[in-house]
Amino acid sequence: MTDLAWQSATETAAAIAAGTLTAQAATEAALTRIAAHDGILNAFTDIVGARALAKAAAIDADRAAGRPLGALAGVPFAVKNLFDVAGLPTRAGSAINRERPAARRDAVLIARLEAAGAILIGALNMGEYAYDFTGENSHDGPSRNPHDTTRMTGGSSGGSGGAVAGGLVPLALGSDTNGSIRVPASLCGLFGLKPTFGRLPRTRTFPFVSSLDHLGPLARCTADLAAAYDAMQGHDPDDPFCADRPIEPVSASLNAGIAGLRIARAGGYFRANLMPESANATDRVCQALTIDREVDIPEAARARAAAYLITTAEGAALHFDRLRARPADFDPDTRDRLLAGAMVPAAMVVQAQKFRRWYREAVLRLFESVDAIIAPATPCSAPLLGQKTFVLDGTEMPLRANMGIFTQPISFIGLPVAAVPVAGPMPVAVQVIAPPWREDIALRIARYLEVTGACVAQIPGE
Amino acid sequence: MTDADLDAYIDASAKLLGLTIDPVWKDAVRANLAVTVRMGAIVAAFPLPDEAEPAPVFTA
Repeated sequence: MTDLAWQSATETAAAIAAGTLTAQAATEAALTRIAAHDGILNAFTDIVGARALAKAAAIDADRAAGRPLGALAGVPFAVKNLFDVAGLPTRAGSAINRERPAARRDAVLIARLEAAGAILIGALNMGEYAYDFTGENSHDGPSRNPHDTTRMTGGSSGGSGGAVAGGLVPLALGSDTNGSIRVPASLCGLFGLKPTFGRLPRTRTFPFVSSLDHLGPLARCTADLAAAYDAMQGHDPDDPFCADRPIEPVSASLNAGIAGLRIARAGGYFRANLMPESANATDRVCQALTIDREVDIPEAARARAAAYLITTAEGAALHFDRLRARPADFDPDTRDRLLAGAMVPAAMVVQAQKFRRWYREAVLRLFESVDAIIAPATPCSAPLLGQKTFVLDGTEMPLRANMGIFTQPISFIGLPVAAVPVAGPMPVAVQVIAPPWREDIALRIARYLEVTGACVAQIPGE
Repeated sequence: MTDADLDAYIDASAKLLGLTIDPVWKDAVRANLAVTVRMGAIVAAFPLPDEAEPAPVFTA
């Protein structure tokens, strides 16, 4: 019998459609795995077992009655706990938000995945208010990396990374403001998709930085990423930043290969501050794609600085009343950053937003001559839990703020990115960056890397 | 920018904004503010014309 822990979402849906597996069995197996392993991994903060089993029963009844099943019918999934889940307060990693009334409706993306037949199993641990790259949390404890439980998952979607890499569920949703999908994908060795800014609606999720927040999936294979992404696309007027664009499915073109695509490696800024494992992983991906060309993403360091300013100022503005009324109730690591963010002069933030437009135009010009750009996702593989600094190019730097140096300049202008994992003693991922609205290109390249064996979501211990 | 400069700014800002900063938190707030100031200087050093529009577009 196939080990359901490592069966992909699309394999699970196919088995359920074929009648060789029931949704109930898939759901019960996920709940059993969580009970067995989450005491160590600490990926989940909430389990909605009764709801999940009821949904599974409905899917099995649909199949028995011959009714059509969705593309993800019977697939267990979980969401970062900043997504509204009906019946739960949306804690967003905080203690403060637990006092909120329970959400009355699910987030739009949960509703869309469930409309495709997927089964919500629970909500996942995250860094407080999504302001971290570590997956650590002083209230709920850290999410732990399934490849080495003394190490970080990366954050802020830490539980999302741990739950999928640990074989608890095949699919999880996270959010990415500056790298919070791509960093855990890297440290946990997963495929992750941060779509174009404005592609997927954020409706009924707890925000962090409205100017920069994205949502997206993490999975162990590209087919699952594509299936989940296709199920979640579509405009929603309740997210004012959600673009009113047609649904552009990617699953059908996933195996189109890379012939004709002009792919370059990011040089300059993206060649420095790399530990050997990240440099080697990027080399390996570039070799697999036979890349012989390098491009310079102009002013990437300044883009990162501007993203930092917008994030700290907007994040502090969001939490300003709470910072004034009850600062001691925050996670100390989050509070100290937000307090500093509350003091940022407006001129700095406006200048950062003006620079953002300049930078967007400059980078879009690059895409006139290339179709995709390869860059590292993180400077290194997973650091130890509790580690505060690391040494990059001989300089000791704070880890919490610097794990995102390669992701921030990309999400700053909303480019779609597939994170692709390279196996090793500890995995580490590489970014496949495409022009706006061309998730299909990023995922085609990711798929090519997967089928050629250059990238794989390694199973812990193997 | 010295630590004393940053501390003076933090103290004045906290008073103006109604923020309470426990002395135990001060070092971390100062460290974060120092990074912010450095990032601000990097962005400010880039020449942009007065006509440069910010990135978000509001549609009425």
